[in-house]
Amino acid sequence: MLAVSASQLLAARDQMALSLGFHIVLSCFGVAFPTLIYIVHRRGLRGDADALLLAKRWSKVAAVLFAVGAVSGTVLSFEMGLLWPGLMSRFGDVVGLPFALEGIAFFVEAIFLGIYLYGWNKLPPKVHLRTLVPMMAAGVVGTFCVVAVNAWMNSPSGFHLVTAADGTQRITDVQPLTAMFNNAVWTEFLHMFVAAYMVVGFLAAAVYASGMLKGRRDRVHRLGFTVAFAVASVGALVQPLIGHIAGMRLAEHQPVKLAAMELATTTEKNAPLRIGGILIDGTVRAVIEIPGISSLLARGWFDRPVPGLDQVPKADQPPANVVHNSFQIMVGIGTALLLFAVFFWWRRRRNRGTDRDLLTSRRFLRLAVIAGPLAVIALESGWTTTEVGRQPWIVQGVLRVKDAVTPNGGIWFSFTVIAIVYAGLATITSRVLRSMSRRWRENGEVDLPTPYGPPSDDPNPSGRAAGRRGVHA
Amino acid sequence: MSLAALCAALMFFGVVAYAIFAGADFGSGVWDLLAGDAETGGARRHQIDRSIGPVWEANHVWLIYVLVFMWTAFPRAFAAMITTLFVPWLFVGLGIVLRGSGFAFRKFAETLRQARFYGAAFAASSVITPFFLGMIAGAIASGRVHLLDGRHPDLLTSWTGPTSWVGGVLAVLTCSFLAATFLAADSHRAGDQEMANYFGRRALVSGVLSGAVAMIAIAPIESDAHTLADGLQGKAAPFVAISAVAGLFALWRLRAQRYARARVGAVIAVAAVVIGWGVAQYPDVLVDHAEIGDVAGARSTLYGLLIVFAIAAVTAVPAMVWLFVLVNRRDWADDAHRAPSAG
Repeated sequence: MLAVSASQLLAARDQMALSLGFHIVLSCFGVAFPTLIYIVHRRGLRGDADALLLAKRWSKVAAVLFAVGAVSGTVLSFEMGLLWPGLMSRFGDVVGLPFALEGIAFFVEAIFLGIYLYGWNKLPPKVHLRTLVPMMAAGVVGTFCVVAVNAWMNSPSGFHLVTAADGTQRITDVQPLTAMFNNAVWTEFLHMFVAAYMVVGFLAAAVYASGMLKGRRDRVHRLGFTVAFAVASVGALVQPLIGHIAGMRLAEHQPVKLAAMELATTTEKNAPLRIGGILIDGTVRAVIEIPGISSLLARGWFDRPVPGLDQVPKADQPPANVVHNSFQIMVGIGTALLLFAVFFWWRRRRNRGTDRDLLTSRRFLRLAVIAGPLAVIALESGWTTTEVGRQPWIVQGVLRVKDAVTPNGGIWFSFTVIAIVYAGLATITSRVLRSMSRRWRENGEVDLPTPYGPPSDDPNPSGRAAGRRGVHA
Repeated sequence: MSLAALCAALMFFGVVAYAIFAGADFGSGVWDLLAGDAETGGARRHQIDRSIGPVWEANHVWLIYVLVFMWTAFPRAFAAMITTLFVPWLFVGLGIVLRGSGFAFRKFAETLRQARFYGAAFAASSVITPFFLGMIAGAIASGRVHLLDGRHPDLLTSWTGPTSWVGGVLAVLTCSFLAATFLAADSHRAGDQEMANYFGRRALVSGVLSGAVAMIAIAPIESDAHTLADGLQGKAAPFVAISAVAGLFALWRLRAQRYARARVGAVIAVAAVVIGWGVAQYPDVLVDHAEIGDVAGARSTLYGLLIVFAIAAVTAVPAMVWLFVLVNRRDWADDAHRAPSAG
């Protein structure tokens, strides 16, 4: 193998983390947003003008977010090769099948996005509504396929590793379907799929909650909030259960990751749940321990042992503090969101028939605004937990990250470029979306003309005037 | 034909589709760049937006398709190709990000100033991306990408040879040619003959330029890329001939302002030259360094890819046909027709 410096490895990991961390939020919209649009669009076709207005606006938001998602997803496919040729050259044919299927899902989503976005007032309304269904299906298939590859890295299967007499390793007996339907795939897929709906639901609800805080208490805002919050609530209710099953699986298949998540240094029965805490020189400090709970949660009963980090040599252990804390952030936020959702629907039920309304409570709305970014933080923390928890392996127990990284130098440079470009993209995306929302409020029309040029009746317009009138003036 | 060769053919099918459909989208960006100031270019840019807006994301996915097919069917060749051509791939990645997002942002820009900024990002990256993709093609076709096998690849000279420059320039020119014929046909269908003729003239110029550069390119390719040159004069010669005839047909129809016919000719001309490249380097994946059979992945996976392709054929392909049928319907073009009155 070619020697790769630690600094270069770090740069490659940082670049991957940044690109994935950026794309994962946008991909959530690709997966879940079509469903939200479908709900309001269907309602709109049944005579609810406000719902139809929401569908039209959301489809324009989707146009922006899906474009940025498509290109940032493409960057990831480049980076699989640019950063990790050692992974792709050895295992490209093992994990290629789900990638190829994901390609089809991407095709279907992009094609029907084009038809849906441009189909307003052209396709028969029912046909137009139904073009969202293939996008929703592509979201399911796409999530499953991409997560299948990640699950395979956590729980590799579908090949044999043969070590020859001279020490070189060869991969034989490749079974792509076994690799795709690996041990981890179903729990990881469900966890990510539901997370996507939670992120999009809570973010969209946060947007309308923030509007209501600013006094925009019209029905469009209330409807937008309620639909988004309802979708997010379903996710928030089932997610802890899925997460729990995923955690139980870890005890058997990735005990070291579980040990890091639980900050367990040694294997012990009646293992305590550790809240907070930091591992310094092999000792856990600043921690609240609740005896037996970790055994109960991860293994199903108090007397069952929870594996500790010491089951593998130090060199094979992940950075436990990062894993433990990101895991705790995810679980903490997930629990809070669950309680918040239950609270809302319970109060709403109780308030029925009275003039009390939770959507006029500033305190509730403020919490709803915070819930959006919190869902994103939970998503990123969960992803950090699974990725950092697998370290130092890129393929658990088979291939180390340092053996998969590119031999090329200059990764700090490409990382810097990506960081600058993505910072710019994030800024501009939010700026464009906010400007769209403001113009919708000011103009009352859904269609926003593009200012390709100054309108012909005014040779020297200010930029903004041109924007308002645009080519349709 | 062996299983691996069949997979290579399916992968290359994606290369051809990407060259035509995404090529036309890239070229539209080139014409967006050259559309003139905001005053005169407004209506043209609107036509460009209308033409590629519904289709560009779907067309873009062909690139993902090709990459995924390559790393699945020929993992070692993929790793060598992308590691060796690290620098041009970075430019391609950057170009793709700026093009897609710039295009989407411009559509919803608030002010003319912002629209110009996003439009410039879209248009400039529409030149950069096909240029570097052409350089990548040239690097592979001239035998400058070898399998890694523990050797450090040559990060600079691998993609800066004469064939790469030919590839880059030709890519930008043929994309422009394709796009101009597409835009002329779209404008004509939308009922704007003046706009159609504007793009028709540009199609004629870029078509003639493409042909001229292709002729001039014979000399550097002969001296720089022997395998490719032999192939183009030998087994791939029929495709070169088809390309030339179809290109001339397209120019002839452009002169007569028959843009729908010209578009067919342009598509055939570009498809034939790309197929010719593939045939010329067959059976190499990486010219002179890796044959299909030597770098193919596991057989079970190759069978899997055939099934994936079959699934695509009954899901994505009919959907794509429907999309293209829709965007070519007169009532979908109408929107574009109304716009120029104010531009």
